[in-house]
Amino acid sequence: MSAYTLGMITELGHFALILAFLIACVQSVVPLVGAHKRWPGWMAVAEPAATAQFLLTAFSFGALMHAFIVSDFSLKLVVDNSHSAKPMLYKISGTWGNHEGSMLLWVLILALFGAMAAWFGGNLPPTLRARVLAVQSSIAVAFFAFILFTSNPFLRLVVPPFDGQDLNPLLQDPGLAFHPPFLYLGYVGLSICFSFAVAALIEGRVDAAWARWVRPWTLAAWIFLTIGIALGSWWAYYELGWGGFWFWDPVENASFMPWLLAAALLHSAIVVEKREALKSWTILLAILAFGFSLIGTFIVRSGLLTSVHAFANDPERGVFILMILVFFTGGALTLFAARAGAMQAKGVFGVVSRESALVANNILLAVAAFVVFVGTMWPLVAEMFFDRKLSVGPPFFNFAFTPFMILLGLILPLGAMMSWKRGKVTRTLQSLLPAFGLAVALAGLVWASQTGRSLMGPIGVFLGVWLVAGSVTDLLGRLGRSRNLSRLLRLPRADWGKLLAHSGMGITILGIAGLMAWQEEDIRVAQIGETFTVGQYELQLQNVEQIRGPNYFSTMGTVSLLRDGQEVALLHPEKRNYPVAQMPTTEAAIDYRFLRDVYVVIGDAQDNGGFVMRTYVKPLANWIWGGCIIMALGGALSLSDRRYRIAAGARKATTPVQGIPAE
Amino acid sequence: MRALLLSVMFGTLVGISASVGVFPSAALAVQPDEVLDDPMLEARARELSKGLRCLVCQNESIDESNAPLARDLRLLLRDRLVAGDSDSEAIAFIVERYGEFVLLRPTTGGWNWLLWAAGPLMLLAALGMGALYVRGRADAAAPREAGLSPDEQKRLQEILKE
Repeated sequence: MSAYTLGMITELGHFALILAFLIACVQSVVPLVGAHKRWPGWMAVAEPAATAQFLLTAFSFGALMHAFIVSDFSLKLVVDNSHSAKPMLYKISGTWGNHEGSMLLWVLILALFGAMAAWFGGNLPPTLRARVLAVQSSIAVAFFAFILFTSNPFLRLVVPPFDGQDLNPLLQDPGLAFHPPFLYLGYVGLSICFSFAVAALIEGRVDAAWARWVRPWTLAAWIFLTIGIALGSWWAYYELGWGGFWFWDPVENASFMPWLLAAALLHSAIVVEKREALKSWTILLAILAFGFSLIGTFIVRSGLLTSVHAFANDPERGVFILMILVFFTGGALTLFAARAGAMQAKGVFGVVSRESALVANNILLAVAAFVVFVGTMWPLVAEMFFDRKLSVGPPFFNFAFTPFMILLGLILPLGAMMSWKRGKVTRTLQSLLPAFGLAVALAGLVWASQTGRSLMGPIGVFLGVWLVAGSVTDLLGRLGRSRNLSRLLRLPRADWGKLLAHSGMGITILGIAGLMAWQEEDIRVAQIGETFTVGQYELQLQNVEQIRGPNYFSTMGTVSLLRDGQEVALLHPEKRNYPVAQMPTTEAAIDYRFLRDVYVVIGDAQDNGGFVMRTYVKPLANWIWGGCIIMALGGALSLSDRRYRIAAGARKATTPVQGIPAE
Repeated sequence: MRALLLSVMFGTLVGISASVGVFPSAALAVQPDEVLDDPMLEARARELSKGLRCLVCQNESIDESNAPLARDLRLLLRDRLVAGDSDSEAIAFIVERYGEFVLLRPTTGGWNWLLWAAGPLMLLAALGMGALYVRGRADAAAPREAGLSPDEQKRLQEILKE
């Protein structure tokens, strides 16, 4: 391909981005006016505009990706983040492995969700649809402007260099290649909930139908966030070299807060849908959930919290995002203050009821998110107002956050089985007695058999088993008196989704407790041929070789893992050096098993010819991410439930359905 | 020379965090030559160093970090413990030199009580408001039919039937 055509595609991508920005401007104003004046022609602008905006942004993103694939080093972004010798997967993922490209992905997903709302929103009332699409597009306007004026990915170099500076080697990893897209799908998915909330405030009404439209979007966003966070955590586990899985880093917290609020929104929307109560709270949650996504973007992009230095380096971007954040969150909250009074609750329910349990769920999730928020922002607050430079790290969060999750886990099975309107605590307790007994028994067993007297393991086992067994009890309870197991498969998918999502949380808790309570660690200098013992395993360092990869050099060890004299696995821990980026990375070798991982890391060569070796036995490690995947699957099952397909599809389908109310 | 090294490292770390927002640095942390002979003392040192921040990293404890400064701090901490300091004395010694920025678990002194109390206070407030709301719903009069048009009423019935 000639340099001329190469340049053309890139320029067209740049042009498409500018066009998309202009269309977004139109889409954010015209339908809004149309909805206000009841002019159908003006409202009808929204749908084709949303489609065009998406197609243009997709073309622009495609052009940028093309520049990365063919290594077009006339683009500054490609020079800074790519290299011709890099494997193809990472050339592609390099597109979003940097600030500018990832913002373009952000806005692409924003446009995609807007377009999907246009395509599948056929059964929305026309004014609501026009307003949702206009609000969605006004968010897009802000981010298009941000990209074009402060972070343009299509900037050219006058004299292109022969080769690029490579992507940060830590990011050259399959887990991390897909972590940002999932996370963005989650963050940005919440924008649709925000747009629905603001549109409902403008309309001045919220009803069961509104909740039924909003809930699938929230569910989808929550599923993507769950997967995105799990991928990031798993990546940290195997890549950073000591098997940590969560660090309470500001950047992680930025993704965790929207997740917690999305989980709360998911549950409060059920109450609006089924009982027409909690309306204004649900609206507020929808605004806050996306608000926290914006805060997350702000935290990550400005570098404000990780280092004041980075913020000073690029105040323009930070201030721009701060303005977007203040405008949208502040504007929506003002609108909320003015209009929320109009949202009258209809449903009446007793103090002991599913409704009350869901209120408790919302309180715990929202306060937990608040604790994370305060802890994340406190260093900034302390520095600005009290002139103290201090840190808020994992010890604080573990102490202040965990109790809320324990409480949530304790009440979850009870609340999930409580009747709507008016429940009976004793009856619910009775049916959960077997699950409770099982959880206590297993926790007791663990307590008796562990060596230390740590409470963490038994508490985690109790909660995990209680959640899984409680969820199974709940599903069996749906069968009614008949106990006819063949009916299980005919239960609504939402019931199965609930089972999986709640059990998934239990499994994740089991994994975290197991890993934190019973991990074994060994640090030593091992000579080649030496055998040493860690827990129930013996390890032998057989040899160490120097290997050359496509864009790195590697020191690779061969370690034989033995149990009772039998070889269980042959492991190859590596220490890599990426010469272009001038960065070393550790590639841990992990023997993944159902009940434990053995995690081996090789370090520097010692003067005496040995190598530093770190070995960990990590019980139940996989359960952490397995639980997340199960949670996400549960969400997906729920999302595929019949009533959403029907609510989203043609309105003619009125086939009679068996009278089992879905969850 | 060290200052130069640190600023280069810091710059790289900040650059990564700003661009993609990941947790940087491949750590090898505690080296075999640092490990104390007395296992009790070593266990204490490990526990304490999990609560001390590596000053040149983003958000890593000195137990996890492979930065040279983190190693210096680990050795300093172990020296203090070997010299017979109690846990709190050793921590106080390090805080005196490096400031409270090194503490990953902030103190409760000064306005910090607000940080520690924020969760419980918010929980109390939320529980109070939640209780009021739930009581309100329990006592509320039978629902009034709000202004749904007959058309909308029909649509709603259709949807709810599913």
